[in-house]
Amino acid sequence: MLTRRQAYEAQVRRRATTRAALSTFGVIAALVLLIPLAPGWPAVKRSFFNAEVFVDTFPGLLNAFVLDVAIFAWSAPMIFALGLLVALARDLRAPAAYPIRLFAILYTDIFRGVPVILVIYLVGFGIPGLGLPRPWNSPYIWGTVALVLTYAAYVAEVFRTGIDSIHQSQRTAAASLGLSGADTMRFVILPQAIRKVVPANMNIFIALQKDVALLSFIGPVEIFRQAGVYKSLMANFTPYVGAALIFLAITIPATRYADYLLAKQTRARS
Amino acid sequence: MSLIETRALRKQFGTTTVLDGVDLSVEVGQMVCLIGASGSGKSTLLRCLNLLDPIDDGVILLGGEDISVPGLDPQPVRQRIGMVFQSYNLFPHMSAVENTMLAPRRVHGKSRTELLPEVTALFQRFGLGDRLHHYPDQLSGGQQQRVAIVRALAMHPEIMLFDEITSALDPELVGEVLDTLRELREDGMTMILATHEMGFARDLADRVCFLDRGIILEEGSADQVLTNPREPRTQAFLKRLL
Repeated sequence: MLTRRQAYEAQVRRRATTRAALSTFGVIAALVLLIPLAPGWPAVKRSFFNAEVFVDTFPGLLNAFVLDVAIFAWSAPMIFALGLLVALARDLRAPAAYPIRLFAILYTDIFRGVPVILVIYLVGFGIPGLGLPRPWNSPYIWGTVALVLTYAAYVAEVFRTGIDSIHQSQRTAAASLGLSGADTMRFVILPQAIRKVVPANMNIFIALQKDVALLSFIGPVEIFRQAGVYKSLMANFTPYVGAALIFLAITIPATRYADYLLAKQTRARS
Repeated sequence: MSLIETRALRKQFGTTTVLDGVDLSVEVGQMVCLIGASGSGKSTLLRCLNLLDPIDDGVILLGGEDISVPGLDPQPVRQRIGMVFQSYNLFPHMSAVENTMLAPRRVHGKSRTELLPEVTALFQRFGLGDRLHHYPDQLSGGQQQRVAIVRALAMHPEIMLFDEITSALDPELVGEVLDTLRELREDGMTMILATHEMGFARDLADRVCFLDRGIILEEGSADQVLTNPREPRTQAFLKRLL
C-alpha cells in the first residue's frame, strides 16, 4: 500500500515520463520529415550517408583506428608521468631548485596557450627538419612528443589543483610524526590528490583520444587520414561519418564513466 | 630536570599576539593540563612546542637542548614529540595499521614485518584489536582518535601533546578516549593536554595551567586551580563552564 506522498510522487513521475516521451517523439518526427524537404537533401544523402560506401570502407577505417588507439596508448602514460613531474616541480621550494620551478611554470603557460595543431606542426615538421637520421625523423615519434608536451601541461595543472586541495591538517599530521617533506608528498598527499583528480584527468584523456587524429597532418595514416583517402577514391564523404561513429563508440562511454566517477566523488564529499 | 621547558615564549600571528611570554616546565612523567577559553593560546602553545609554528621570541628546551634555534631542522625534534589533534587527522587512504606503521617505516627504516607484532599489541591494548585493517571512514570518532594516539605512540615519543582531542567527539565517545589517556598516565608517559574536560583534569593532572590572553595566568595543582582559584579571571572562566 502506497502512502499518500508516494502515490502523489508516482503520479508526478508518470506524467513527466509521458510528456518527455511525447516531446522527444515530436522533435524526432519533425527532423525526419523536415530535413528531407531541404532542396539539397538527396545530394547530401548520397555523399554522406551512402550505405554501400559505408559498408565498403568501415573495416578499413576500423583498421586505421588501431593506430589511433596505439598512439593514445603509448602517449597516455608519458603524459601522466610528465604531468606529475611538472606538478611536483612547481612545488619545489629549495632556492637552488628555482630554475626548475621557473621552467615548469613557463612550460605549463606556453603549452596550454598554443593550439595543439600548431605544436604538432612545429615539432612534427621542425625537429625532423634538423636532418636527423632514421628512425629519428619519424612523424610517429615527434607527433607523439607534440601530444605529450601539450597534454602534460594540462595534466600538470590538474595534479597541482589536486595537491592544493588536500587539507593542510594532513601535512601537519605527517610533520608531527617526523616525516620528511618528500615522504609526506609521496605517501600522504599524492595518493589522495591523484585519486581526487581522476575524473578531471579522464576528461583530458578523452580529449587526447580525439586529438590523436590531428597527427594525420604530419603523416601517419590513422583513421582521419584513411577516411580522407577513401573520400578521394570514392568521391564520397561517408567515410568521415564512419570515422565519427568509431570515435563516438569510444568517447561516449568514456565520458559517461568520467561523469559517473565525478558524481560518485561529489556524493562522497557531501 | 624538566623534560620540556619554555622561557618567555612569544608568538604573534601578524599583529595579534597569541603567546605573550609563556614560562612552562614539565618534568618527566608529569601530566600537565592547559585550560582556558578558545583563543587563549593553548593550541598555539602545543604547536610551538612541536615546532609546527615558529616562535617569535623566547626559548624552548627539550631535554635541556635548545630546539627553538631559528633554522634548526624540525624533523628530529618532532620524532621525539608525539601529537594528537582535535580532528584526528588520520590518513584517509590508509588502513589503521598502515597509518600507524608509515612513520616508523620511513623514519626508523623498519619493515612491516618487524613492526607488526608491536603495533598489533598496541592496537589490542587500546581495544582496537579487530580494527587493524579498517579504514578511517569505517571507524567511529572515538576509534579514529584512539588510532591517532596509537599512531603517535608507535614512534616511541618522549612526550605526548594532546590538542583538545575529545572536543570533536560525540559525548558518549569521550569516555573511551579519556580511558586511553588514563592508561598512558599509568605508564608514566609525559603528557601535555589542552582540554575542556575539567573532571578529567581534576582526577589526573599533576598540574593545571590556566591560560589567558597568551600568558599562564595561574598554575598549580588541580585542586588549587580548579577548586580554589586565586585569580578573578580563572574564577570567571570556571564559573562559565559550570
